[in-house]
Amino acid sequence: MTGIVERARAALGREALGLIVLMVGMVAVFTAANPQFLSVSSFSSMGYQAPLLGLLTIAMLAPMISGGINLAIIFTANISGLAFAWVMLKAGGPEAGALAIVAGAALALIVGALAGAIMGAIIAYVGAHPILVSLGMMIFLRGLGEFLTKGGDISGFPEAVGALGHGDILGLPTPLLLFIAVALAWQILLRRTRHGFAVYMVGSNIRAAEYAGLPTKRTLVMIYALSGLVCAIAGILMLARFNSVRVGHGEALLLVTVLAIFLGGIDPFGGHGKVFPVILSIFILQMLSSGLNLIGANQHLSTAVWGMFLIAVMILRSDRLASLYHLFRKG
Amino acid sequence: MHRLIRMGQIEFRLLIALAAICVALSLATDTFLTLGNLTSLLNNNSVNLIWAVGLLVVLIAGGIDISFAVMSSVVQYVAAVWLLKMGGGNWFFGFVLCGLIGAGLGLVNAALIHGFRIISIVVTIATFNVFFGLLMFFTKGRSIYNLPDWWADRVILFEHQSADGNWSELTLPVAVMAACVFATWFLIRRTNLGRQLYAFGDNPEGARRAGVNLAVMQALAFGWCGFMAGMAALMQVNIVREVVPNALYGRELDVLAAVVLGGARLGGGKGTVLGCVLGVMFVAVTQNGLNLLGVSPFAFKMIIGAAILVAISTSNISLGQGRAGHREAAQ
Amino acid sequence: MTETGPSRYALRMKGIDIRFGGVQALSSVDFDVRAGEVHCLAGENGSGKSTLIKIVTGVYRPDNAALIELFENPVEAISPVQARARGVAVIWQDLALFPNMSVAENIAFDGLVGLRPRGVRYGDMKLRARAALERLGVTLDLDQPLENLAIAQRQIVAIARALIQDARLIFMDEPTASLTQSETDHLLNIVRKLSSDGVAVVFVSHRLAEVLEIAERVTVLRDGKLVGVYPTEGMTQARLGELMTGHILEYKVTARDMSAAPILFEARGLSVPGQFEGVDLTIRAGEVVGLVGLIGAGRTELAHAMMGMTGTAAGSMQLDGRPYRPRNIREAIAQGLAYVSEDRLQLGLLQKQSIEDNAAISVLDRLLGGLGLISPAKKTDLIMGWVSKLGIKIGLPADAISTLSGGNQQKVVLAKWLATEPKLLILDSPTVGVDVGARAGIFRIVRDLAERGLAILLISDEESEAIYNSDRVLHMARGRIAGAFDPRTTSPVDLEAAIHA
Repeated sequence: MTGIVERARAALGREALGLIVLMVGMVAVFTAANPQFLSVSSFSSMGYQAPLLGLLTIAMLAPMISGGINLAIIFTANISGLAFAWVMLKAGGPEAGALAIVAGAALALIVGALAGAIMGAIIAYVGAHPILVSLGMMIFLRGLGEFLTKGGDISGFPEAVGALGHGDILGLPTPLLLFIAVALAWQILLRRTRHGFAVYMVGSNIRAAEYAGLPTKRTLVMIYALSGLVCAIAGILMLARFNSVRVGHGEALLLVTVLAIFLGGIDPFGGHGKVFPVILSIFILQMLSSGLNLIGANQHLSTAVWGMFLIAVMILRSDRLASLYHLFRKG
Repeated sequence: MHRLIRMGQIEFRLLIALAAICVALSLATDTFLTLGNLTSLLNNNSVNLIWAVGLLVVLIAGGIDISFAVMSSVVQYVAAVWLLKMGGGNWFFGFVLCGLIGAGLGLVNAALIHGFRIISIVVTIATFNVFFGLLMFFTKGRSIYNLPDWWADRVILFEHQSADGNWSELTLPVAVMAACVFATWFLIRRTNLGRQLYAFGDNPEGARRAGVNLAVMQALAFGWCGFMAGMAALMQVNIVREVVPNALYGRELDVLAAVVLGGARLGGGKGTVLGCVLGVMFVAVTQNGLNLLGVSPFAFKMIIGAAILVAISTSNISLGQGRAGHREAAQ
Repeated sequence: MTETGPSRYALRMKGIDIRFGGVQALSSVDFDVRAGEVHCLAGENGSGKSTLIKIVTGVYRPDNAALIELFENPVEAISPVQARARGVAVIWQDLALFPNMSVAENIAFDGLVGLRPRGVRYGDMKLRARAALERLGVTLDLDQPLENLAIAQRQIVAIARALIQDARLIFMDEPTASLTQSETDHLLNIVRKLSSDGVAVVFVSHRLAEVLEIAERVTVLRDGKLVGVYPTEGMTQARLGELMTGHILEYKVTARDMSAAPILFEARGLSVPGQFEGVDLTIRAGEVVGLVGLIGAGRTELAHAMMGMTGTAAGSMQLDGRPYRPRNIREAIAQGLAYVSEDRLQLGLLQKQSIEDNAAISVLDRLLGGLGLISPAKKTDLIMGWVSKLGIKIGLPADAISTLSGGNQQKVVLAKWLATEPKLLILDSPTVGVDVGARAGIFRIVRDLAERGLAILLISDEESEAIYNSDRVLHMARGRIAGAFDPRTTSPVDLEAAIHA
């Protein structure tokens, strides 16, 4: 029995195990409060809702492991969505064909990766702080988007696009499948490729990584370019889910992605962190939100609870807790 | 000249850039260099400046605060409800109440950061969600319009009618802003507490060994930031004459960008009130100038963002890699 | 030597015991420092030196203490504030200064500490700072931010800061670790000056030569126990080394005549403006070339140029008879060079990362399995192979590298570079922070590698280390190769004389 626990811990990491326990507890509590929670329909609706946050969180993940941050994720997603929408409109809106969809997606991915690559290049070659660079890029992209759309919505897409947001394959929500595919790719990218290895090393000590012969500058450009690429995927999904593009869509998710990442046990100073616990924490946040919704609370309460959750988890992980406890016992 | 060189590279360069923009705008438009425009620039940016100096103190102490704008929303709502219950209150009560609530919320951040040794970006992202979520949950997003007269009435400190009949005026928020800026300058430059804040941000371990009380430093930094959020809350209501719970949501990152542009360093130990004011005014004047030049308002932010990116890329503000405290323990 | 006479003590401690968890860090240690004396506290890493300092300054409280007296007044338990008030100051190795604050403010900072709000009088602060610097016979721009100062000047700022608090007992933790020889000499002069003013100075140092030069007495600790207190007169480096490690270290010249071996690396007229110029260097396969000189003579800079980290302005390099001109460190590695940095903590290893990742970082290309992905099995095999080959003591390959001792960490660094199968290995001060006992192990490995044909450039600060471990020793001074020595006909003392000439 302990062998299983040990092996699970080794395979998943300490964070993941704690989060799984948390998740099971939460399912139990919500099910007790409303049996509706443990139903196919409620899980299916989570499967449609969670992937957007999930993709954006993955976009945030590698920059944070590398000791940086990408505050421009939402607007990179918006701008990429805009690029996609522009191709759709050129190709006749709802009548656009498969070729146009592919072309639009390609353009969106290029735009997203480009926005990221520019940030990465400034961070790598100028040595400016990622918070500052991505903040500048965020403000720029938001402005660019508002300028292009004049603050309005763009809608009218072919049905196939809607299917990405609302359809299912073999009964599983398409967005969920998309998310699982990207998450798997990122798990492999970060844990098994040379680039992924370099991400962790850069986050741990960039100069030592350079001395060991890792291409640190190229790694930084790649990190942000790939982050932009995932943003573009998220942007297309967002467009498919809302059936429209508006600059500012999903803005509230920016800090939630950071929250999910910290919840997933990523080292705030960079250098450490795994994909799996972060994915778990995304589903925990989603369950919390859906569960609270089911028992009649609104989205805002779940926002607050998310924040409290993060604080609670950080307190539980804190070494200080033990010492405070001892202090209390002694006193 | 000697003083100018001592002023610091970033401040000096920013001053030159700001002066150049002002000269250019005075030549390009006949509306920029008018009393009316300059006073409205001050009136419109007083809230941003109050936030900025509060945030500056946190940055100097080596922290970061994402929650201050949302904190202001909480302060103004709670204060409004309270004052209405009291039967209206007056300016004195307004200042005391807003200052206390703001400082109290800041101290919540400080307690979590110091008590459990959680880094400030994690804590303030969490409290950002908690504050905003709870505010929206309890208020159900309803605004307050029936404010006490003293609060909603404009207090004009200076007015002048020019020959062509245009009114220019300075209002109370400008005076409060000036007081906040001066108080912050006095704190960080002229008191031993402020110097300990710098030392703490510059080298926390060195400060600890010198006997600086770190708990008090965190409390002072975040409490000050919270107090300023309280002042900003009070003044913002005075300007817009209503309390809208989500009106200030999302303003934090713009203020952060301006303060960092002014030379405050993420990671602590660096930053001046002058630089901070220049940073905010640089953004404000650019925006104002674009407006006067008849540039589409949708293009403002794009240009501001691009300006920040260019400034970062060319100024070689070597902020170093990694965030606050990102030094491998030199054992 | 001292005006106050030898009978007055700045510090007396008897029977000090302290335990951390299961480790007896100090057991019944006696330690005393006379007023105005320069005293050295010597011992290997982990011998209890820092623990002792931390007890004197009140950071730790001893479990048992028969006697603690400061300036002949008994003290029960010392707190950091009390220690400072009674005139005890520590200058930590990292100096604990504030880089962005001005020199004056750094010196006078302790006057600002405290929670009672009060104004800052910059003029007054500058006056006091200037007075403290005058006592040391130094002038510095007081308005400058500290970060603009060289390390040696920062050290002086730290000493001035101690003086301003009227310190009469100053501990200096590895004060010369990052100083050049002339800076060290300057510092030692300042220490003498302090001593003649009646300020007692306790040196904690690894560098045995300077310890013997400056101190009057040396207290040696080993494994938390007092070995003894010795006058420095008549003490030799070798004897002190023995006392510290507890075993007699054998030094013998291992140099061989390698002039028949094929030339592996050759540099002609290599120059980097401001760093070194006109450097000619030949290293043969299987040869160990020692490179000695003062810090700042251009040795590390030469290594950086060889690794492609800085571009050279003039001259040429050849590797295996072919032109060699690396544009970056990756090209240098690909062509068969490896560089063990002098700064293991910050540059040589990634302290937060695991042992196996640190070993694998430079050879990821060779650890790929199917689909071009890194194979965890190959990664573990790599480190385990080196663990047995080099005799590295580790827990699990996935443990953080920071859990290892200095000597074992350095062996992992060697493993990392040897995995790249280099032809030329540059070792830049490879024994910094490695215990005297563990150094022998590292040089045994170096010798083995040379026997198997690896060319080695050994940059060293210690003449004896270079003499006993190289086949040929070059002396670099002011950016030029100033001389060559044959270890079989040169003693460390001769070499030392040549370097300091």
